[in-house]
Amino acid sequence: MDYLVNVAIVISIQAIAACGLNVIVGYAGQISLGHAAFFGIGAYASAMLTTKAGLTFWGALPLVLLIAAILGFLLGLPSLRVKEDFLAITTIGINFIVEAVFLYTPFFGKALGIGGIPRIYVFGQRLNNQMLLGLCLFFLALTLLICWRFTRTWAGLSCFAVRENETAASSMGISPVRAKLSAFVIGTVFAGLAGALYAHYVRFISAGDFGFPVSISMMSMVVLGGMGTLWGPLLGAVILGILPEVFRPLIDYRMFLYSLLLLLMIRFQPGGLLGEHSFVRTAFRGLTGKEKGGVAGV
Amino acid sequence: MQLLFEQLLNGLAIGSIYALITLGLALVYGILGILHVAHAGVYAVGAYVGLWLYSLSGTLLLAIPGSMIVCAALGVAIERFVYFPLLKYPPYVPLISSIALFLGLEEVCRIVAGPDLLTFPAHLPFPSFTVGGVFVSSTLTAVYSVTAIVLVFLWFVTTKTEFGLAMRAASQDMEVASSLGVDSQRVVDATFVIGSAIAALAGILVGIYYNQVYPTMGAMPAYKTLALIVVGGMGSAPGAVLASILLGLGETLLIGFANIPMPRDALAFIAMIVVLMWKPTGLLGRK
Repeated sequence: MDYLVNVAIVISIQAIAACGLNVIVGYAGQISLGHAAFFGIGAYASAMLTTKAGLTFWGALPLVLLIAAILGFLLGLPSLRVKEDFLAITTIGINFIVEAVFLYTPFFGKALGIGGIPRIYVFGQRLNNQMLLGLCLFFLALTLLICWRFTRTWAGLSCFAVRENETAASSMGISPVRAKLSAFVIGTVFAGLAGALYAHYVRFISAGDFGFPVSISMMSMVVLGGMGTLWGPLLGAVILGILPEVFRPLIDYRMFLYSLLLLLMIRFQPGGLLGEHSFVRTAFRGLTGKEKGGVAGV
Repeated sequence: MQLLFEQLLNGLAIGSIYALITLGLALVYGILGILHVAHAGVYAVGAYVGLWLYSLSGTLLLAIPGSMIVCAALGVAIERFVYFPLLKYPPYVPLISSIALFLGLEEVCRIVAGPDLLTFPAHLPFPSFTVGGVFVSSTLTAVYSVTAIVLVFLWFVTTKTEFGLAMRAASQDMEVASSLGVDSQRVVDATFVIGSAIAALAGILVGIYYNQVYPTMGAMPAYKTLALIVVGGMGSAPGAVLASILLGLGETLLIGFANIPMPRDALAFIAMIVVLMWKPTGLLGRK
């Protein structure tokens, strides 16, 4: 039981970060391969504020989110200048540089990382793992709600417009600058939130937890589930979180199966499981018999 | 002073190796516009196949061409089965597929050859000599000579032959080139053959230079070479070579003389971000 709770906590934390990445990549169409950097910034910020400055998790959280938002804004600035491939490489570079800063600055504990991060208290009650899972699920629900609301706001709609055609969007009076930056800030705030939860869950963090492979696995979740869909990142996080546990006996081939799955998915189904024209959606439509008339030939 | 010269020689060798790996990436980006991260996987496979053939036959004369052929075939297979069908999607789709492919190749190396560090005990038949009290080892001369030969060969192929003309035409506009009678599929195949064969050569050279071959040897080159083709100017082969050699020298000097609490691996990315912000076309980019 405790094992299942631990798996569920990790999945829900990763799902929060993946939802954040989905806002940047799926909604605003800005490719980011450095999301783990912001996950790490959230984790380190919360760890430093609680261990060194003596704040509680709840006292630190607003500051952590503010730091993530400011750094998301600053590092979102390159996205205004570079596009697509260049942006992807820039974000990879940001990930490597942030990881190097954590690893080589004495202030961040260098290779030893930061230990002794306190547990979370709610109303004076120390959270055990079950209650922590409840808290993570609460934040996950909040994240999904905000994502859903965002797609209904003016900022969200302008993100969609910029994703589809930046030139056309700006000729209609939509500011691509504002749309992209709002997506970056929202996405990195969610990553920061996930990072803070992660730090207080594992209670010991080091730079290696936030390396480029973590960014890839977050990207895999979004791609697998379906970019730009509301539930896709959650589905991706659940599948990629459960698979390694199911394949435990095949632990030696785990990374291989992981990369094979990602390759097959992006090669044959770039829209993801819940994306448009995906086989899941097509099968679902066939079952329910809905929308048959609208889409010819499906 | 002597130390400085030795550092410069080492830096030049590291830069030459970067250049050999980055060339393939620059060629592929120039022609297909794809960031071929899996190229570093091909490079690691090249080192492993080279080592395997060397331990079977005992001679590099068989190991080097054999590994180059295997990698060339692997490169063309990647292009045909993964990249070509994905060209119609936005650029992040082939990029992610390439990263997945790279991780897969790395895992195949680990599963087949084991996770341990292997040694590559081959000796390269190149002379060693001493200039002004500085010893230049035979591996160093080997790295310089091989790089020089590859560069001259590539320069000759791309500028003096009809095939090179077709290649340059296809990299400017593949559709127009095809309509003028260039067999673009063949040009793309050949680009992957050349790039992947050079990667295999680089893998074997690195294996001998450091006397080690291991599954994750492609990990740093995979992303560092991306930074290098940006700094050099996307798709510009001379720019990629220039950026590689500058980075090799810069890294060694930084480690040797400056006491900066920054790993050498972050230097490439910092240089890249600076270049992207100030001169997005790179050192020798077009336009």
